[in-house]
Amino acid sequence: MAKMNLLQAVNSALDLAMAKDRRVVCFGEDIGKFGGVFRATSNLQEKYGRERCFNTPLTEQGIAGFAIGMAAQGHVPVAEMQFADYIFPAFDQIVNEAAKFRYRSGDQFNVAGLTIRTPYGGGIAGGLYHSQSPEAYFTQTPGLKVVVPSTPYQAKGLLLASIRDPNPVVFFEPKRLYRAAVGEVPEEEFEIPLGVAEVVKEGSDITLLAWGAQMEYLQAAAAMAEAEGISCEVIDLRTLLPWDVDTVARSVKKTGRLLITHEAPLTGGYAGEIAATIQEHCFLYLESPIARVCGMDTPFPLIHEKEYMPDQFKIFEAIKRTMNY
Amino acid sequence: MSGNESKITHKLRMMSGFELPIDTLSLLKPDGSLHDGAKAPKLSKETALRIYDTMLFIRVLDERMVAAQRQGRLSFYMTCIGEEAAVIGSAAAFEDHDMIMGQYREHGALRYRGFPTEQFMHQMLSNSKDLGKGRQMPIHYGSRALNYMTISSPLATQIPQAAGYAYGQKLDGKKACTLVYFGEGAASEGDFHAGMNMAAVLKCPTVFFCRNNGYAISTPSEEQYAGDGIAARGVGYGMQTIRVDGNDVLAVFAACVEARKIAVEKQEPVLVEAMSYRLGAHSTSDDPSGYRSKDEEEKWRSVDPVLRMKNWLIAKKWWAEQQEKAVLETYRKEVLDTLKATEKVPAPALEEIITDVYDQPPAHLQQQLAELREHIAKYPEKYPKTAQGVK
Repeated sequence: MAKMNLLQAVNSALDLAMAKDRRVVCFGEDIGKFGGVFRATSNLQEKYGRERCFNTPLTEQGIAGFAIGMAAQGHVPVAEMQFADYIFPAFDQIVNEAAKFRYRSGDQFNVAGLTIRTPYGGGIAGGLYHSQSPEAYFTQTPGLKVVVPSTPYQAKGLLLASIRDPNPVVFFEPKRLYRAAVGEVPEEEFEIPLGVAEVVKEGSDITLLAWGAQMEYLQAAAAMAEAEGISCEVIDLRTLLPWDVDTVARSVKKTGRLLITHEAPLTGGYAGEIAATIQEHCFLYLESPIARVCGMDTPFPLIHEKEYMPDQFKIFEAIKRTMNY
Repeated sequence: MSGNESKITHKLRMMSGFELPIDTLSLLKPDGSLHDGAKAPKLSKETALRIYDTMLFIRVLDERMVAAQRQGRLSFYMTCIGEEAAVIGSAAAFEDHDMIMGQYREHGALRYRGFPTEQFMHQMLSNSKDLGKGRQMPIHYGSRALNYMTISSPLATQIPQAAGYAYGQKLDGKKACTLVYFGEGAASEGDFHAGMNMAAVLKCPTVFFCRNNGYAISTPSEEQYAGDGIAARGVGYGMQTIRVDGNDVLAVFAACVEARKIAVEKQEPVLVEAMSYRLGAHSTSDDPSGYRSKDEEEKWRSVDPVLRMKNWLIAKKWWAEQQEKAVLETYRKEVLDTLKATEKVPAPALEEIITDVYDQPPAHLQQQLAELREHIAKYPEKYPKTAQGVK
């Protein structure tokens, strides 16, 4: 085991994937010699050459389309979108092309090797265009897998699993945690299976659910609640599509309560989908309405970022409201 | 040479969009003779006849399928009429292991590679033998075996994909390239610019083939772009470029043989702009009489690409009028008989609704299918296509 931050874990996953399989190719804006604006691809061009790790012109739709073509040809492209806020020009290529490639051709063609990595989320004073969490736009797209790690360990294990998964994966990296999150990560390769949630902490009064950067706030809130005698079960969803309904439903049947938190706006957010499914599975077990603690239905603000964020204090208050319903 | 090594001038002068006119290569006259000074490409009798045979088949297929659509036997159709030389002449210049990424009007290229008549029908009728499992509208063909990428409805999305596909071929060290078709309308989409630029910068062995057929549905090309057509953009992106008479099969073939050579040997992209005319409607949902004149269409009929090739073949004594009648009769019968037989093939099984979304159907899709089966079993008469297979 080694101490790594989340960026080093991503870099280590890419390095091992490229070393093991010459068909793995990394590209995106500024990712070549410079190593990407966050340095996730540092040293990869030096090690594997310009043909396998290179800068592209500034064209998100081009990067996504190019990656789709490479994957259809049989390569394993890991394309970077510099910020998740800039994934929208590539939206058509991802949701209309990558996601449907296998289905529309009757499995004659597929983009099995495709992974799109992108840093998402707030907390870095990034304002409207460097803070968004657009995961819900992609979770409504059959054919994609959507993955969000919350720790360096997960980042490495889930990214290696995503690169090797025989389906296109959109991999959202919590940029607020890139350097802030440090943990023990094996230097050798390992995979964390996609589609499986992690029960981070067991408890009996309420189930708390999040993913990515929001896990940090969730755990801080859980600690505050525990101090007041509320026993919290904390679950990290890890994969949003397809998501682990069984683990969450099992937990809610035990605790009778569920709180979901995400940074993206409340309306149309993924918490709504989870709440609807869980009430279907657990209606007779629920002792209070399912709570959602989410971003506001505004663009992500700059100066009022702290106020906007669904932080541990907002989550803590929602836990108490749910317990006292 | 890049723009920042440009020669310095001290006089202010704007350049117009037409200052670098691009010629159009034309070899064959409408009567089948060669233009003065024109040199025919090396085209074997066998290849020439295969091109022409494909043209005749596609004419018959288009005519019969439009009629079938009018009779309500098909939901939709698009013809290739007027663009046969551009599509089939270009396809003939490539190797079978080169990938073709079409836009939608290139069934001639697919046929040239050997797509059987019944496979066209299975796709158009969405039955259980359709390689695409009945998931897309008619004419969205695809064939792994023939290296013909499945068609996607959104316009121009195949253009950056073709750059990526070709880059993969290059990394594998293959002596192959990717041929990508699109219309002049698709060249207005962002994906066109993204794909051209990426291919040029990353040196991808991609041949971009623009079928400039005059209309994007009802929008004429003069409302589609300003400046000297699509070819000028190839030059702007820094790639080798040629414009050809798209109704001249010899010009198209000659240009594409050279384009392929550059792509494969130099490992860089090429743009070919074929100037042609979409003689038919955009699709069976379109009616060109609402936006263009009969006179205009007649003018283009007089330079019919199929007739022009026939005249050339006859002049070379490779073809005779009587042969043509027999071939057309055979194809008419084959197409009609195949259509009739195909109409009896059942729809794909119900479970195909959830397969291929992912490599394996995840639990939530299996559950949704189970619920659907249960519902259909309860109301079999409301879902007659699938009820029989549901017990």
